[in-house]
Amino acid sequence: MTDPLLKIENLRIELKLRSGPIPVIDDLSLELNAGETLSFVGESGCGKSMTALAIMGLLPEKVGSIGGGRILFQGNDMARMNPAELRAIRGNEISMIFQEPMTSLNPVYTVGEQIAEVLRRHKGMGQADAWKRATELMDAVRIPNAKARVGDYPHQMSGGQRQRVMIAIALACAPKILIADEPTTALDVTVQAQIFDLLRDLGRDTGTATILITHDMGAVAEMADRMVVMYAGRKAEEGPVEPVISHPRHPYTKGLISCVPHLLAELTEERPDLTEVPGIVPSLGSFGADACLFASRCYMADAQCRNARPPEVAFGPQTSACWKADIV
Amino acid sequence: MSQIENIPVKARSPFSEAFEMFRRNHAAVVGLVVLAIIVAVAIVGPMVYPGNPFDMVWAPFTPPGQEGYLLGTDYLGRDILSLLIHGAKVSLTVGISAALVTVTIGITVGALAGFYLGWVEEVLMRVTEFFQVLPTLLFSMVIVALFGASLPMITLAIGLVSWPAVARITRAEFMRIRELEYVIAARAGGVKNAKLIFSVILPNALPPIIVQAALMVGSAILFEAGLSFLGLTDPNVASWGQIIGSNREYILDASYAVTVPGVAIFVTVLAISLVGDGLNDALNPKLRQR
Repeated sequence: MTDPLLKIENLRIELKLRSGPIPVIDDLSLELNAGETLSFVGESGCGKSMTALAIMGLLPEKVGSIGGGRILFQGNDMARMNPAELRAIRGNEISMIFQEPMTSLNPVYTVGEQIAEVLRRHKGMGQADAWKRATELMDAVRIPNAKARVGDYPHQMSGGQRQRVMIAIALACAPKILIADEPTTALDVTVQAQIFDLLRDLGRDTGTATILITHDMGAVAEMADRMVVMYAGRKAEEGPVEPVISHPRHPYTKGLISCVPHLLAELTEERPDLTEVPGIVPSLGSFGADACLFASRCYMADAQCRNARPPEVAFGPQTSACWKADIV
Repeated sequence: MSQIENIPVKARSPFSEAFEMFRRNHAAVVGLVVLAIIVAVAIVGPMVYPGNPFDMVWAPFTPPGQEGYLLGTDYLGRDILSLLIHGAKVSLTVGISAALVTVTIGITVGALAGFYLGWVEEVLMRVTEFFQVLPTLLFSMVIVALFGASLPMITLAIGLVSWPAVARITRAEFMRIRELEYVIAARAGGVKNAKLIFSVILPNALPPIIVQAALMVGSAILFEAGLSFLGLTDPNVASWGQIIGSNREYILDASYAVTVPGVAIFVTVLAISLVGDGLNDALNPKLRQR
């Protein structure tokens, strides 16, 4: 097998708080192969977005920093690149779509200008070529009457259209990796489905590998090849989507799946009660602890879980960081 | 269906929208008209009403309207109307160029401080505070006294004492905007810092700076008048403040010699303030759609 496109090794991201550095991402390793869709799942505050920002080298200045580990893009460590090398990759080889389409576009430029700008910057296109290509891209992301709308300002577009423009910008240079950070959270359900379709189709056309950050299990099941379940800055479970959803090896994954109504309803005739994962994500202060951080919310937790961090155990293609993974 | 789709949506830039808002503010439009008249007088006036304003044309202290002198003559027998017309150009030029100096220094310092944060911000903001706590009139008097009372030096002096306000506004805007998603998205797209500062953040930070700059023109004219009144001005150039300053000893005998340029300053600054206020309403998103 060829080398993975993106390889994260033992990544540790620290936030500087008044009480000292806190590891918001602790010992995270994963691989992303060309053309693959990998999904990060987890509650808010589990470090999904932090991981994405770390890959882009956009951790909040003065607060967040990479405390250890490597982020290898095509064999080169991005954590050690200088700003110029990073800029050449950002938007060109790795690009990103943000959560909030209403505020992700610059209000003082037309959308066509914003798409064309990326092409001029990374591909060295001329003014006219870039503008023509921008129109084509608007068409590719299925904005009706693209020719007339390239001259629109962001405030003249709906949320779904703006997110399409964001996708056009992100895919303008046919990047190798697209990071989509909850791309549909701010959109209504019908538009969500359209955006996911678009991402999947365009990703397939350009051969782009996608990292999809979401807490929508339905989207994961539909979109992703593999998934990483994150909890409190650590990897809880990883594996191909199908086995992980049909047989989760971590009580947290199990909890997340049973929170989603239609997934279970389709699997069986009976309609089991919707359950919730009780409690909340532990506070940042306890993130470095040598224990299973999920223990406080886990129905199976015992003394071992509270006193030692579980190692990752492999079950075929699946891995789970749980002391009781074999009996979950 | 296709017919509907083919009607191009009329794209309106944020600035054309702001102009629309401005037009609805009647006081601001009046201010703009008055300002336009003053500017026209400053540009065309010297051609229509030629002659050296410093020439003695008639007996001193001729009251307005007599002997064909519409605004009378001052203590040296100079035609006040001529002084006023020639002074308009000087006062406006000083006002506008001082505002430009102010905005240039202010934006540069504020943008760098607000964008880079850290030690850059610390150093720049301490420098800004240093300039802010200096007594402005005294400081500008010192500059003019040291380097000579020429118009460029007076302009520079006014600019040097007024930029901290612009720097603070710019910095605050930059600190707010740099955290917005479209800036992070631009970073994620590989945009260079210089471009982030000038083409991504600055255009979005401009509205309050434009308002401040407009008001700055008015206060610079006042400032120049104040310096002239104290005699710190180029004696070879007629400015409104200088007319007041040179006639101040005769205020009881010939009050019109002081009143006329005083009213000119008042009207000009008021017009500029109205325009500035209109710009503020037009460019402030919170006041839109009212």
